[in-house]
Amino acid sequence: MTGKKSSRPISGARARRYASDTAAYAALIILSVIWIVPILWVVFTAFRVEPGSFSADFIPKGVTFQNFIDLWNNTVYPFKTWFFNTLIVAVCTCLLSTLLTLTISYVLSRMRFKFRKPYMNMALILGMFPGFMSMIAVYYVLKAVGMTQSLTALVLVYSAGAGINFYICKGFFDTIPRALDEAAKLDGATNAQIFSKVIMPLSGPIIVYTSLMAFMAPWGDFIFAKILMGDNYYKYTVAIGMFQMIAKDNIYAYFRQFAAGCVCIGIPIIVMFILMQRLYVEGVTGGAVKS
Amino acid sequence: MAKTEKKEKTKSSLPKLTSNTPESISIGIMGFANFMNGQIIKGFLFLAIEAGYLWFMITSGISALNGLVTLGTQKQGWVTPVGSKIPILADGDNSMIMMIYGVAVIVLTIIFVGAYLVNLHSARQMLAYRLSGVKAPGFVYDMKSLTDQKFHVTLMTPSIIGILLFTILPLIFMILIAFTNYDKNHQPPGNLFEWVGISNFVNMLGADKLLSGTFFPVLGWTLIWAVVATGSNYILGIMLALLINKKGIRFKGMWRTIFVLTIALPQFITLLVMRNMFNEYGPINEFLVSAGILTNATRILFLNNVLLARITVLVVNLWIGVPYTMLISSGILMNIPADMYEAAKIDGASPFKLFVKITMPYMIFVTTPYLITQFIGNINNFNVIFLLTGGNPTTSSYYQAGKTDLLVTWLYKLTVNNRDYSYASTIGIVVFVITASVALITYRNTVSYKREEEFS
Repeated sequence: MTGKKSSRPISGARARRYASDTAAYAALIILSVIWIVPILWVVFTAFRVEPGSFSADFIPKGVTFQNFIDLWNNTVYPFKTWFFNTLIVAVCTCLLSTLLTLTISYVLSRMRFKFRKPYMNMALILGMFPGFMSMIAVYYVLKAVGMTQSLTALVLVYSAGAGINFYICKGFFDTIPRALDEAAKLDGATNAQIFSKVIMPLSGPIIVYTSLMAFMAPWGDFIFAKILMGDNYYKYTVAIGMFQMIAKDNIYAYFRQFAAGCVCIGIPIIVMFILMQRLYVEGVTGGAVKS
Repeated sequence: MAKTEKKEKTKSSLPKLTSNTPESISIGIMGFANFMNGQIIKGFLFLAIEAGYLWFMITSGISALNGLVTLGTQKQGWVTPVGSKIPILADGDNSMIMMIYGVAVIVLTIIFVGAYLVNLHSARQMLAYRLSGVKAPGFVYDMKSLTDQKFHVTLMTPSIIGILLFTILPLIFMILIAFTNYDKNHQPPGNLFEWVGISNFVNMLGADKLLSGTFFPVLGWTLIWAVVATGSNYILGIMLALLINKKGIRFKGMWRTIFVLTIALPQFITLLVMRNMFNEYGPINEFLVSAGILTNATRILFLNNVLLARITVLVVNLWIGVPYTMLISSGILMNIPADMYEAAKIDGASPFKLFVKITMPYMIFVTTPYLITQFIGNINNFNVIFLLTGGNPTTSSYYQAGKTDLLVTWLYKLTVNNRDYSYASTIGIVVFVITASVALITYRNTVSYKREEEFS
């Protein structure tokens, strides 16, 4: 092997590099098609004129906005209500749980107190139970205080766990030099001031990451929304609502509207995501990797 | 620094409460020492906590605890009141509510014990102030310290209340359920359920043929799924990252963005779309038929055949998971020292060898925590299975589960469709034992692996 390689003429090496580049481009193009086609299919379906759930043609025969209009005016499946329900829940959850995660992470990263280690161990253990194992009990707890079938309950359930998901954020705070805190302390700053005036301004990426994650959770959650809302259609979020929309009996009539709904939800999130991709990557890699 | 040292010193040398110090009355009457030394508001708060707790325990707490033991004795039923001939439906005990109240009382008691210990500590502090002749700081000072020395108390309180109410209390409750017979035949309020010890676990592990005949195959598939899904995602994700980062490839940002699109979309959208793509009349089959590869009679039932359905969920999971690994590994790959590759290349190593001997060991070394969380996440991967196949294809040899069901989706079905809460809780505990031991074992291994020098 070794001898063969070193005795090759230079032009051969160039040809080989050319071949391997071509192969790499070919692989990337094939993979991109695999990843893009399902998304394109949804977008095409959303604008399709022909009725029905599936069509033999990938590219629609005619383009129309009617599916979107029907979707937003749908009274059987009130998508408009669901969309704004989810938006409200997502914004509130985002604010509340970002605040909780940031503060807990600051405390665990910067302050030393007796309860610190036990708390972190407890969070580790709690994180290992399947999250929705306790859903029925959560339902009864909320029922006991008369809060089921309300969006507030949903916000509380989503945000309550924020105090456990501090690993990534704490990992980020750990990387901010402690010398900054010490300097501020010498100038007479309290811990509250250090948190708000020293640490927060340096934590742009992690604030974006945390809030993005918190904002996206309600759009995808299925279990708690279903358990809490039961049969109250008007309090549904998009996830459970749209799942019902394409149940077996409805799929023929509503599949195009479902696709239109996917586009309505997907595009804002994708745009937001692409804009913040760099911050997102920083957040993930900061937490997933041991330093 | 000097300040904190001094503080710790005084803390450790706090005087003991003995019978000849009046502060020791705080052992019985909370807050007494604070009253005595001028901390009126704090003393009053302590006293109020004690009085409130005692009042609560006497009026309802003790009966609630008793209810936790009996779980109710009076079934709902028809009773004929004295002096009337028409029977009426009398409310019986509701085992479920009694259990929740019982657990709540226990949690409340734990909180009270915490407050009591704080009270004792405060009493000793008061004693120390009095002995050294210093005036105890006022309430305003205490409040102010909540933004500085005791800032952690301020920040942790809301989170801890949330965790107590929505995580710990329900969890204790569900763990207790695993030791009762709360299934579809014992539904309150019409019926009572009671303690049955560990019989649910015994049934699950073999005593009940149908249950254990479901449990072990589902457990087996869950483990296979978790290993294959994690491994395949990981390796292919790294390969994709290598491909995009390959020297000479242009438009790296564009390629990355194409794959990242799938992370950005909410999972329920991508999964429901995938479910329809793999449908008997979905676009994939339509394409294959119109291309002449299949005929109408030989359409592939991706999600109906057991083996095919399992492969399909694994493949779709790749579609969802690979970009995520790609994103994470991109940055790390660039940190691998280039001279390692150069040296290996000079020795004539093939690209495959480079991948197996340098890239993978380095990546595994750096991303072990990520791998562990991915593995645990896959054991609990509800979305992919539930939204894609719903656990189907079904089989009559399983109890309420299908061939692609994981333990968690089975748990969900038992809870929501079948109301077999006791079995669902039992499964939850089993899942916890598995994930906890996996996490512990791997964590230990990474710590004991002293291969630091090799890579850094």
